Amino acid sequence: MGEFRHAATVIAIAFVAMLIGPSLLDTYTLTVLIIYGLLALSLGLIWGFGGILCFGQAAFFGLGAYAYAIAAINVGESTVPFLLGIAVPAAFAFVLGAMMFYGRLSDVYLGVITLVVTLILFKFVNSTAGPEYVIGTARLGGFNGVPGFQTLNVPGYPNWYIYDRSFYYFCAVTLLVVYALMRWLIASPFGRIAVAIRENEQRVELMGYDVRFRKTVLFAIGGAIAGLAGTLFASWAEIVTPGLFSLAQSAEVIVWCIVGGLGTLTGPVIGAMILAFLKFLLGQQGQFDSTLILGLILVLSVLFLPRGVVPSIDLLRKRAGLSGRRTAPGRRRRRARSMADV
Amino acid sequence: MDLALVVAFQVIYSIALLVLISAGLAVVFGMMRVINLAHGEFMMVGGYATIVAVGAGVNIYVAMLIVAPLTVGILGLVIERLVIRFLYGRLVDTMLATWGLSLLLIGLATLIFGNTTTGISVPIEGFPIGAYQVNGYNLFVIVVTAVMVVAIYAVLSGTRWGLIARGTMQRSDMASALGYSPDRIYMLTFFAGSALTGLAGGVLAPLVGLVPTSGTQYIAKAFITVISGGASVIAGLLSSATLFGLVSQIFTFSVNSMVGEIALLIAAVILLRLLPQGITGRFFRGSM
Repeated sequence: MGEFRHAATVIAIAFVAMLIGPSLLDTYTLTVLIIYGLLALSLGLIWGFGGILCFGQAAFFGLGAYAYAIAAINVGESTVPFLLGIAVPAAFAFVLGAMMFYGRLSDVYLGVITLVVTLILFKFVNSTAGPEYVIGTARLGGFNGVPGFQTLNVPGYPNWYIYDRSFYYFCAVTLLVVYALMRWLIASPFGRIAVAIRENEQRVELMGYDVRFRKTVLFAIGGAIAGLAGTLFASWAEIVTPGLFSLAQSAEVIVWCIVGGLGTLTGPVIGAMILAFLKFLLGQQGQFDSTLILGLILVLSVLFLPRGVVPSIDLLRKRAGLSGRRTAPGRRRRRARSMADV
Repeated sequence: MDLALVVAFQVIYSIALLVLISAGLAVVFGMMRVINLAHGEFMMVGGYATIVAVGAGVNIYVAMLIVAPLTVGILGLVIERLVIRFLYGRLVDTMLATWGLSLLLIGLATLIFGNTTTGISVPIEGFPIGAYQVNGYNLFVIVVTAVMVVAIYAVLSGTRWGLIARGTMQRSDMASALGYSPDRIYMLTFFAGSALTGLAGGVLAPLVGLVPTSGTQYIAKAFITVISGGASVIAGLLSSATLFGLVSQIFTFSVNSMVGEIALLIAAVILLRLLPQGITGRFFRGSM
């Protein structure tokens, strides 16, 4: 049970890190880092294990945030909105995924469609400033965003807000639970077949599996996790704006995954936390533009570290002979992606 | 009658605009299967090159039609040598690396020019069609685009260099066996594609207030146009630009420009769902 022990070790380390974290940084910053980690995990799952490169993970993130905010204004209590914030993006991802995968779209075309859908959402939400755009009692607000909704509270008690430190622990535990669930998913037959599809779609299809359906379900799971991240983000920021749907947001998620390492679950999370924290630090000083540094990191990591940080460290560790146990399967991104039939 | 003429003029203009902003990307993607996500930023650099040149006293037409393409061409050459040549055949990696480049260029432009809007005035007066006033510069954009498309076609089909380039794209090993270095041909093709992008950036510079993030508004449209067009450079570009230009203008005239934009994007999604290989994957096969 190597995998089980690996997962247990990761969770134990992360749990300790969660307890130590607040003594190093303020919980407000830590919480958003965790939320970004969750978002990166969603793309890391569908891209790293399903081979689906989605250029619009931000669409599900934003959709989750908006679904939560609008439902929270209408309901005034956070339990149902919280569930809606997961269900709406999941359903949207399922429909979108079904449209793409049953159409047998390949790599680049998948990228274009997800990108375009994100743009449509962005342009639409951005243009809904007028008072005629209302869902229930909530105005969509256009580029002004939706402020003033009920943030997360203890289920059934609208006045017992989960905020500050307890919100931090809530987010951290959520991330750990989702991580454990995904580890389980990947170890299950569904996950095994998803990886097989990533490696050779045709062969899996010939073995009698319904590739289209499986990819759609995986895509929907990714959408659900991104939506969960969006829901938490809405509760953290206390306002949702169309910027959540922006291409820059989608780009950032991809960068996190690439830098952290595909084909692992811890990689994207760590990549997201490191880079988001870096951006936070860069934003505090005025000398260099943070975009410049992020761009440089992306170019350099594609050129020199195409496997990402976590798999490279794994590799180094193995070479040094410290650990004989192979953990996450090395992602042969280069070979699998190179011959994409455009 | 006049209104019909004006509408037709607008439709042709929006098609020309799509062709103009996508041409460089189409050459690079159609010939080399490289998707340059820094395409928009190349246009932004072309725009800044034009503005700086005009500011230094260069004639505006020289600045747009010569300085901008040359500057961006050279920039493309440097980037090809430093980054892209290591990534040929790795489509997704190239996309990510060029995405990084686009962020890098935005950052550099912000560092140099600051986060403010700069611009130059339009050099051509408007002219009347019947009771309507039409923007003269739009006509100039249409003419430049038409000349550019004819030029690309002439170079690809008529010259020896075009023949070699097309041959290399089909079978680089065979071209190599015949004594042509694929490496050099890729380099030159990327230069040509970048120069076309620079031309687009230069020609559009008087029309937009330029900020370092200007490029991002083009990349999505260019990307969609090129991918929907499919593998053939010219036929694909013209067919998808015509389709999208028509769709967006019809909705712009009947509702508003926001709906026009969204209609364009929805048309792209439907098109790719029906024709996953792009328009030229099904129609006009084997055309150039």
